[in-house]
Amino acid sequence: MGETHSLEDCFQAFVEAENKVEPKHWMPDGYRKTLVRQISQHAHSEIVGMLPEANWITRAPSLRAKLILLAKVQDEAGHGLYLYSAAETLGTSRDQMIDDLHSGKAKYSSIFNYPTLTWADMGAIGWLVDGAAIANQVMLCRTSYGPYSRAMVRICKEESFHQRQGFEIMMHLAKGTPEQKAMAQDALNRWWWPSIMMFGPSDDQSPNSAQSMKWRIKRKSNDELRQEFIDKTVPQAEFIGLTMPDPDLRWNEETGHYDFGTINWTEFFDVIAGNGPCNAERLAARQKAHDEGAWVRDAATAYAAKQASRVASRPTQTHAA
Amino acid sequence: MSTATHQWPLWEVFVRSKNGLAHKHAGSLHAPDAEMALKNARDVYTRRSEGISIWVVPSAAITASSPDEKDVLFTPSDDKVYRHPTFYDIPDEVGHM
Repeated sequence: MGETHSLEDCFQAFVEAENKVEPKHWMPDGYRKTLVRQISQHAHSEIVGMLPEANWITRAPSLRAKLILLAKVQDEAGHGLYLYSAAETLGTSRDQMIDDLHSGKAKYSSIFNYPTLTWADMGAIGWLVDGAAIANQVMLCRTSYGPYSRAMVRICKEESFHQRQGFEIMMHLAKGTPEQKAMAQDALNRWWWPSIMMFGPSDDQSPNSAQSMKWRIKRKSNDELRQEFIDKTVPQAEFIGLTMPDPDLRWNEETGHYDFGTINWTEFFDVIAGNGPCNAERLAARQKAHDEGAWVRDAATAYAAKQASRVASRPTQTHAA
Repeated sequence: MSTATHQWPLWEVFVRSKNGLAHKHAGSLHAPDAEMALKNARDVYTRRSEGISIWVVPSAAITASSPDEKDVLFTPSDDKVYRHPTFYDIPDEVGHM
């Protein structure tokens, strides 16, 4: 027809045809910026997410529990690295992202600004926090950006053990002594609402959501994902005899979903703004680890330089084994 | 703080999942040298027996074709159907060939 299509139109048609966008493809600036923000935020969440659980590694109630928790926390570190790598394919640098985290410019999931007070919190985090993260991440396996999608596939494969180990902790406590059951219930009471806030503000309060859906970065809305998570999780709580801390929660025969109470968004935005119980503590712990690890990075760099000067005289290898 | 800002080079990691298969791209990571890249790759990409062999390659050493060249590079082969066995009519009586 002789019409000219803008690059934006071609890009839109490309993602609507369910094609994956790769690093060297042309993409709108907004698409690139949105992804850098989202992927780096996701990476930071994995990294900061290690802190609340690290608190319990030395206090784990058995060797089995300790090994599992160590493996889980190591996975979170790996997940952070997959995601930083994916973000770097968009032209940002690792150092820039780390600086933005430490300066407070970049955000991470607000859930990690809550304290882990008892061992049951390890159960609640695995079951609820990882459960909510999985709901989001399963959707992101189909995101339009190739490197992000591939990182998500890898993460989802590893993540389901995280949720199962958490549920197992809750199940054992719920079946234990009255004190243990009370501990599990207390953890559920504290983690339930922050967990369902993890999906972000309601669709009508989330201005960037529509554009992300249009670009196929997100495939489901915040409210859709939240509802799916609630529908899936409520029966699990019933199964182990724990009660959700929401008096308005009830099954709605007509909609086929659970109705739930009003989310306290003031709390959510307050925690994001930096006023949660542990915001300052988490960032300080990250900064401290980074600063105290500087000598390790320096030593590795110095060692590499020394090795390189020695290797320069050796014969070169021609084939990879 | 001063030394923390020099960025280590980026490496691409390839993992052979089992004997007889080719190495496949798994992801990337930063490391000061090849030896550390290999050690880090082992921790980052093979925590669940995903592989039996790892290659690490400096990302800067990879030259990639551009998406814009896709047509020039790959469409010429689309109309060469005679390169595929199904292009040829061989009577059934001849049997498998």
